[in-house]
Amino acid sequence: MKSYGGKTCGSRKARILGLSGCVAFACVIVAALASSGPEVSEDGDLLAERAEVIAQSCAACHGTGGRLDTAIPSLAGQPAAVLSAQLLAFKRDQMPGATVMPRLARGYSDEELEAVANYFASLTPDADE
Amino acid sequence: MDTTRMNRRRALKLMGAAGAGTLLAACGFPAFAGRSSPGRVAIVGGGFGGATAAKYIKRFAPSVDVMLVEPRERFYTCPFTNLYLGGMRDFESLGHDYRELRDRYGVRVIHAMAEDVDVPGRRLILAGGETVSWDRLILSPGIDFRWGELEGYDRAASEKAPHAWKAGSQTHLLRRQLEEMEDGGTFILVAPDDPFRCPPGPYERVSMVANYFKNHKPRSKVLLLDAKDNFSKQGLFMEGWRENYGDMIEWVGRSGDGRVIRVDADALEVETEFGEIHRASVLNVVPPQKAGFIADRAGVADESGWVPVNPRTFESRQVNGVYVIGDATQAAPMPKSGFVANTQAKVTARAVIADLAGDAPPEPHWVNTCYSVIAPDWGITVAGVYEVHDGELREVPGSGGVSPMDASPDFRRREARFAEAWYAAIAEDTWGTRPAV
Repeated sequence: MKSYGGKTCGSRKARILGLSGCVAFACVIVAALASSGPEVSEDGDLLAERAEVIAQSCAACHGTGGRLDTAIPSLAGQPAAVLSAQLLAFKRDQMPGATVMPRLARGYSDEELEAVANYFASLTPDADE
Repeated sequence: MDTTRMNRRRALKLMGAAGAGTLLAACGFPAFAGRSSPGRVAIVGGGFGGATAAKYIKRFAPSVDVMLVEPRERFYTCPFTNLYLGGMRDFESLGHDYRELRDRYGVRVIHAMAEDVDVPGRRLILAGGETVSWDRLILSPGIDFRWGELEGYDRAASEKAPHAWKAGSQTHLLRRQLEEMEDGGTFILVAPDDPFRCPPGPYERVSMVANYFKNHKPRSKVLLLDAKDNFSKQGLFMEGWRENYGDMIEWVGRSGDGRVIRVDADALEVETEFGEIHRASVLNVVPPQKAGFIADRAGVADESGWVPVNPRTFESRQVNGVYVIGDATQAAPMPKSGFVANTQAKVTARAVIADLAGDAPPEPHWVNTCYSVIAPDWGITVAGVYEVHDGELREVPGSGGVSPMDASPDFRRREARFAEAWYAAIAEDTWGTRPAV
């Protein structure tokens, strides 16, 4: 899962072209992970698009692209496995001391949370700078 | 919507296009291949909704021409004005400009008042007679007041008994009145019936006034006269008031004769439904509201004064090609909050781009989190996740809700810290304001 992250997505070219992230790469990977056949790829396509639509709401607390680091942590470029485990733990009320995130995480399927984790993992922390 | 067919079309684009267009198309953004500009989008209002829409259209599709019409060169947010009133925040920290939208994202920012909309001619008419042509129009006009609907409360009255429900001179006026008030005085806040901008706002307002009194005028009282019997985060507010301010804050709901029917701004008196007269030292009236006036000019508001929208895209139900976001819309169960305007703007940005390309919009999705600060170390939240189900907006079952009752002081302290962090983030996400470290 890590192979699509980092440098490629945050390249100057991608920025100039106006890509807000590297959804396209996530599309490819999610599609590749699905078992086989064009119909399944379309599902992966949709899931990646869904992840980007969901992720854009995260920006209101985590900054554009999840890149702001305050008392609320930044998300861009964090390992997908870590983000995914945290989101699932929020959803299952397994994060002691959590405040608002469990209430938000319960609005999503596990699949959606994993796709959102992959999306933020695929961004570079300073790609928008 | 036939998603399979849409995806086949996207797949064809993927094969046929090249470069960035390929990648964008693959994930739902049209390629706009070989065209200099796929369209012109005019946006009215540079607040949480309009500024976010401008930025995100340019992020998603840089070749779209985006014109943002906002009279102010520096925009002060209504959220966190209560913290200014409570002595927790400098007023200038609530101001944001449009340099990043203009210089980094290429938004054409026009500092003028939009006075009228020529729908058939697809033109916006500015004060002074200039016009702005558009292919799609997004209105994010916020609210206007229904002057006179509450007897005795008109614009002139608000110069004596401020509403302070739009940030600016009214906020300063209320702050000055609080500073000039003698210790032992009574602050009265008159809260309206639903729907209105910022449902927890009146309750955070009295909390922050109490915080100021506690530090500077501890013998003073706070009275909240309410047209409703229930309000946002009610249990949490009442718990927080008790714990932080003892019996300084008194709330009177509608069934306790809290509904104000007449205001005398000269005498600083209000009369309730059953004839009781209350006299204030400082009187703060939050009046009944409606969508900002440009919504009327565009013909998108209905008899309620608010704007009915197509829930998938927030295109007006009454006028094609005109989209409306933020406080002006009928978007229940989403509240009229800055957070919601920001999240609606992103969904609508995608919908407008898809519409310009003749594509179907992606499945929408919205979030809200409203922080309220009761005391410097006491924050609370309400959150929600929203979707379209059977053609209607709804909260995703099982999601959302408010902070727990009886939480630890540490929990309340952390939500207060997160409130400040939220403000920094949404200001960055909306206007590009860099947080002062």
